[in-house]
Amino acid sequence: MNAVATASAWLKARTPIWNAWIAQSREPQRGLSIVDAQRRIDRYRAIARDLATARTLLPQSRARGALESLYLETHASIDVPSRLNTARLRQLFRDEIPAAVARLRPMILWMALLMAISALAGWWMISTFPDLISLSASPKMINDVEHGKLWTDDILNITPSSLLSVRIFSNNIVVSLMAFCVGVFFGLGSIYLVAVNGLMLGALLAFTRQHGLDGELFKFISAHGPVELSIICIAGAAGTSLGNALIRPGSLTRRDSFREESRHAVRVLIACAPLLIVCGLIEGFISPDPTFPLVTRLIVGWLYWLLMLVFLSGKWLRRPTA
Amino acid sequence: MSATHDDQLLITGLTGVGIELEIAGAGSRSYAFIIDWHIRVLLAIACYVAGWEIYSHIGSRGGSRFVQFTAIPGLVVYFLYHPVLEVALRGRTPGKRSAGVRIVTAQGGTPSVGALLLRNIFRLIDSMPLFYVVGLVCCLVTERRVRIGDMAAGTLLVVEKVSAARALNSLGELISHSGLPPEAAELIDDLLQRWHGLDITARDTLARTILARVDRSGSGTGPTEMNDSALRERLQALLSGMRAQ
Repeated sequence: MNAVATASAWLKARTPIWNAWIAQSREPQRGLSIVDAQRRIDRYRAIARDLATARTLLPQSRARGALESLYLETHASIDVPSRLNTARLRQLFRDEIPAAVARLRPMILWMALLMAISALAGWWMISTFPDLISLSASPKMINDVEHGKLWTDDILNITPSSLLSVRIFSNNIVVSLMAFCVGVFFGLGSIYLVAVNGLMLGALLAFTRQHGLDGELFKFISAHGPVELSIICIAGAAGTSLGNALIRPGSLTRRDSFREESRHAVRVLIACAPLLIVCGLIEGFISPDPTFPLVTRLIVGWLYWLLMLVFLSGKWLRRPTA
Repeated sequence: MSATHDDQLLITGLTGVGIELEIAGAGSRSYAFIIDWHIRVLLAIACYVAGWEIYSHIGSRGGSRFVQFTAIPGLVVYFLYHPVLEVALRGRTPGKRSAGVRIVTAQGGTPSVGALLLRNIFRLIDSMPLFYVVGLVCCLVTERRVRIGDMAAGTLLVVEKVSAARALNSLGELISHSGLPPEAAELIDDLLQRWHGLDITARDTLARTILARVDRSGSGTGPTEMNDSALRERLQALLSGMRAQ
């Protein structure tokens, strides 16, 4: 038999089998039994064998294209990450997120220090040059404070708590994601964002102090502020770590180093999202409500901050060892 | 293992048999994005209108509750369109499907949920300052034609191969009926499928060349003397296994 006849005979014999494989590849991928999964892997190997044969016998054939396509489809159905089930989520929150936070710890402390220094700088700036408040506050905010009223006073008359919460946590999530993403500019974006937040906080505290409203502002931010500011620092730290990965890639290429660092950092952001949602709820329901006294707000604020530490440490999911 | 060469991603499958994937360029990406953008805008408007209708039955217009019913669902649909669909459809969206591209890992596999979320988070940067300028510039200058989100997530967009089913369709019949060598049968089939789209001189030249090589019947009129319709009939006859008498 010559080569053409061999190829024809092989093609005739294999085509019905390939059609059967195509039909099988359309079966649902979820809920496969171990036997079915093993069968799929065997099929993948068989397709690879046939593809190698087709490349030799029929290099320009339509069959080769079909087998390549089938091979890729099967490859994509086998090379699949583990499903996001309870066990995977447990592993994420118990082991992976705490490990990622631990990696970032020095950076988080630097970001907290940066925010504190920026806040002091903002305080000093407005105490020394009060006119500069227009850089940190809108004309309406300035006008309200100058008339002895905080801009947050009537907030519940305008917007219900539920809507306010949604708006606040959406905004906080976007700010945190932005603090992370702008780290791609060699970390400078994240540093800038954290510093600006600190500067604005210090400036507003100094400005309200000049008009005797600093106590009211402190009362407003005491319930949600500790966690919200901490998360901005955490997101900023995650962003700065991206910049660090680009500046000092070590033995990896810059692209691989950036990807590796992003993979760790995104876990921290996943943990921050639910914390910010609760923060939004506190800011929508407790912070603007004048019936809550300062003591209650402080207790809520610091308890929630401690809860955040426990949540990020993963200890709440670890069984105590005997 | 994977490598990139001339817009091709070379991956070695788990069996060691390598395969090339064509990396999607800025054009395919933009096309997919524009389709998806239209879909999500329409969905967001539909949500807005539905919310408007529902609210107009239960309350007066204006005020914060109105925003809750109308703007929020629309915005949620608009902003979560990409992450939700990419996770649910394993790296595909309707726009990507119509552009014939999909998201894969550098090894050609299906990306994880974390990777898909990460590439979407970076849309904040890629869309800067407007109209995805940062993302587009990145696509144009990077080796794998990726935007920053893809770099962070370790993903890339590849052109989907023609469906295996479509490629194999009728191949078995062609081979078994015609008795021709497989590549010749496919060539004739391709030519016949494109017959009416080809210039008459070009298709006749092609048909004569093919017939001169594969038609061994040795009887009847020679290909050089056949007209356009006779050439087509002869090719069809060859494919169906009949010999011209």
